[in-house]
Amino acid sequence: MKAMNQEQAKRVCDRVLALSKADECSVVIEGSRVGNVRFARNSVSTAGLTENMQLMVRVAFGKRSGTAVINEFDDKSLERAVRRAEELARLAPENPEFVPAFGKQEYRATNTFVKSTADIDPEFRAQVAATSIELARKNKLVTAGFFTDSTRFSTVANSKGVFGHQEFTDLSYTLTARTEDGRGSGWVTRSAVDTARFDAREASEVAIEKALRSVDARALEPGRYTVILEPAATSEILGNMFASFSARSADEGRSFLAKPGGGNRLGDKLFDSKVNIWADPWNPDVPVSPWDVDTMLARRKTDLIKDGRIASLEYSPYWAQKTGKQATAGHGNMIMAGGTKSLEELIEGTRKGIVVTRTWYIRMVDPQSLLITGLTRDGTFYVENGKIKYPLKNFRFNESPVTILNNIDELGKPVVIGGDEVPYQMVLPPMKVRDFNFTSLSDAV
Amino acid sequence: MERRKFLQIGAGTASAMLIPVFGNAIAADELLNPMAVTAKKALADTAMSAATQAGASYCDVRIGRYLNQFIITRDLNVESINNTESSGVGVRVIANGAYGFASTNSMTADGVAAAARQAVAIAKANAKLQTEPVRLAPVKGVGEVAWATPLKKDWRTVPIKEKAEMLIAANKAGMDAGANFMTASLFQINQQKYFASTDGSYIDQDIHRLWAPINATAIDKASGKFRSRGGLGAPVSMGYEYFDARAEDKIRAAGGVTTLYTKSYDIIEDARLAGKQAREKLTAKSVEPGKYDLVLSPDHLFLTIHENVGHPTELDRVLGYEANYAGTSFASLDKWQTRKFKYGADRVNFVADRTTPGSLGLIGYDDEGVAAKKWDIIRNGVLVNYQATRDQAHIIGEKESHGCSYADSWSTVQFQRMPNVSLEPGKARLTPDEMIKDVKKGIYILGRGSYSIDQQRYNFQFGGTLYYEIKNGKITGPLEDVAYQSNTQEFWNACSAICDERDWRMGGSFFDGKGQPSQVSAVSHGSSTTRFNGINVINTARKIG
Repeated sequence: MKAMNQEQAKRVCDRVLALSKADECSVVIEGSRVGNVRFARNSVSTAGLTENMQLMVRVAFGKRSGTAVINEFDDKSLERAVRRAEELARLAPENPEFVPAFGKQEYRATNTFVKSTADIDPEFRAQVAATSIELARKNKLVTAGFFTDSTRFSTVANSKGVFGHQEFTDLSYTLTARTEDGRGSGWVTRSAVDTARFDAREASEVAIEKALRSVDARALEPGRYTVILEPAATSEILGNMFASFSARSADEGRSFLAKPGGGNRLGDKLFDSKVNIWADPWNPDVPVSPWDVDTMLARRKTDLIKDGRIASLEYSPYWAQKTGKQATAGHGNMIMAGGTKSLEELIEGTRKGIVVTRTWYIRMVDPQSLLITGLTRDGTFYVENGKIKYPLKNFRFNESPVTILNNIDELGKPVVIGGDEVPYQMVLPPMKVRDFNFTSLSDAV
Repeated sequence: MERRKFLQIGAGTASAMLIPVFGNAIAADELLNPMAVTAKKALADTAMSAATQAGASYCDVRIGRYLNQFIITRDLNVESINNTESSGVGVRVIANGAYGFASTNSMTADGVAAAARQAVAIAKANAKLQTEPVRLAPVKGVGEVAWATPLKKDWRTVPIKEKAEMLIAANKAGMDAGANFMTASLFQINQQKYFASTDGSYIDQDIHRLWAPINATAIDKASGKFRSRGGLGAPVSMGYEYFDARAEDKIRAAGGVTTLYTKSYDIIEDARLAGKQAREKLTAKSVEPGKYDLVLSPDHLFLTIHENVGHPTELDRVLGYEANYAGTSFASLDKWQTRKFKYGADRVNFVADRTTPGSLGLIGYDDEGVAAKKWDIIRNGVLVNYQATRDQAHIIGEKESHGCSYADSWSTVQFQRMPNVSLEPGKARLTPDEMIKDVKKGIYILGRGSYSIDQQRYNFQFGGTLYYEIKNGKITGPLEDVAYQSNTQEFWNACSAICDERDWRMGGSFFDGKGQPSQVSAVSHGSSTTRFNGINVINTARKIG
């Protein structure tokens, strides 16, 4: 990667800010090197490497703003970008909802860079694929998987004194193992900032075990059941819910957090008291940037749901100004409190229930109640008297996350859920939930 | 660090969308100067020569310049205008029988040669794990050719002000007609794609696409109830003349419940109807669950076709290449090999094509240099073929590729993507109004809504935008809280009537996701209004906290 260190990035930002004649100017520089390997049918299908770096300039004259982006960094190009943004700003219609850039922020660094992850090369990636393929072959299974790693940096600055620079690494891996006859399928997901926290063999074994155990699934009548939802099964469902935490939508009466008659439901108890969810950029398991790049506001540790009550809503700069509230930085991660029990211990304490490995094709059906639909996938099992008895055919469900978080019986030990398929980097516990609404059966394996 | 960047439009509404943001923002003055073809050919030749010297047996080079403009409005304000540009080069090679890919935004001879060598190195590392070498179906080099989307008015030359005013006028029309809130957006895409391969092709293409989604939301403050109605205009691959609404391109929906559009779109009229209908939805009757005959309008059915005919017949899914994410398919090779697998009723015929004017899948050549074509997928209800790329053609006994290869950027690797897959119109003369006369207990569904389907495409649950109850051959009034749930094969075998070609038109998906890392593509699906008998309908209303 043509990476910039803090000093180089600062020099470029200062140069851009000095060039601007607008009322205000903001600069974002981002660079990345992203590698991946993808395999299927026990053989590598594609692998690649993409490098890119770009600089964004945003300027404003009064309530008119314009943005330009370039990927060249010589003085002439920087000047061209600034002039282009200024020209666009002069052409743009006045935005009555324009809010000026925020002033100097205190960014407390987060531990988002690990050298061993930055050093990942094509051989490392090929070895991850080889480990899974070899284990699968031994078990007469067919695998498909995707491993990706990235090294990035991000720099933000504006004419009101903001400056931040930080480097990042991460990796994520998903693996599907299927029986040769297609009657069994298992899956696993792993993500980390540090390669030391990733073990391709351990991950492969989880997917393989689920594939082998899921053969000869039986059909159970759809209906309401106690379920044990693995963290990967709830990540997208909860992500969907937090996408609806906008104060503006609630105040305007078009969100599940709108109060009949007007206002929003901040402070209302909508969930079981065991539910505690917060965002924290410094969390050691899922560290994220200490700023939100769109507003450049410093992120802070923020309760989203506290003891089952709505603890905060998201205020855009405009809505905060209009309602006399503090604007909030967009969250980068989401952490949910849990207990100490492992998934296996939750199963041991269950008389009758269904274990769900993964959910799929989650779609909002009704934003009024946050009713969503989706299906189980890659490992659904029937539990009786504390033991997995047999695999089940997959179900479709129609359920609201509000109902799920109200019907919690028990929470297990939280784990990291990240990567490309979830909206936030998350730490989530497995959840034992009663009366989960399965509405039909699916023949899919 | 967060990977995904999305624009969220219409937050908290039924048609809330997450739009992937791609490319870099630039000023409009840059948009109209394409890179010289001679310069592109020289870069491509440099890359191919570097790849061959490094040991590649095959190489293709895609030089891309992707120009987009997104205008987002909310009520009477323009929220943002984003001009984006992304330029660079992607090099794909075969070395030692395996693929390798590398891309770079450094558009110099040294930059592309380095990317080509990197691609060969990756191919060689992968070859050790390869069980079967890549086999490409032959493609005859076409030399230096050019192709462009036919258009009368180039979106890049229409002033931003004019476009913003059109969207604001639509929002105003919707709010005047009963909506509390409106959004209207305009997505304008220009892909300047240069493809060269060691087969001897140098193909320069200029592709344009447009989409103007709108959304009306009405609220009842006292009860806290809210409802949304999305737009009924289709995304298209044509010029900005699409927004010059013409009377002959308007269709009266069955029973006159709304207006629908064909080759041009009256966004102001649709927004006005959206505002009015969003308000009506607040007091519409909640559906009684049960079995109904469904009369599905093409502006709704396109998405059903996309999900349960388009995706299941993608050969890469069938073979297991998408098993880890999008999934596999119930339409397996053994079923196809019987030549008797009844995907649908006898009257059901599906054709794949990349040639229909105005369709999102319209191109001259795919991203492997294969010329656009047309072929049968389902004939008389029987599964007869799939969608294939060069490396897959031999698996289904085809001598050449179907031309289904696509990458969403110079920086991403091409793979099998869906062409337009469309339902042929019925042969007997039949209008939607005539179709409804035969329905005792049914629902007429229009527009796109919530949709979800399993990873092998058996079990699905779909909703729409507008629902009308049909009783004893007549539309009796609007319904709400409707979703239908079925199994793909049962559903298409329950197809009991298809309107004739006078009613045939296309809908489309502008941001269809597939692959890892996920790539978006755009595709259209045509049909006439079609009836399905005895389909299970559920009621989706719930009460929470």
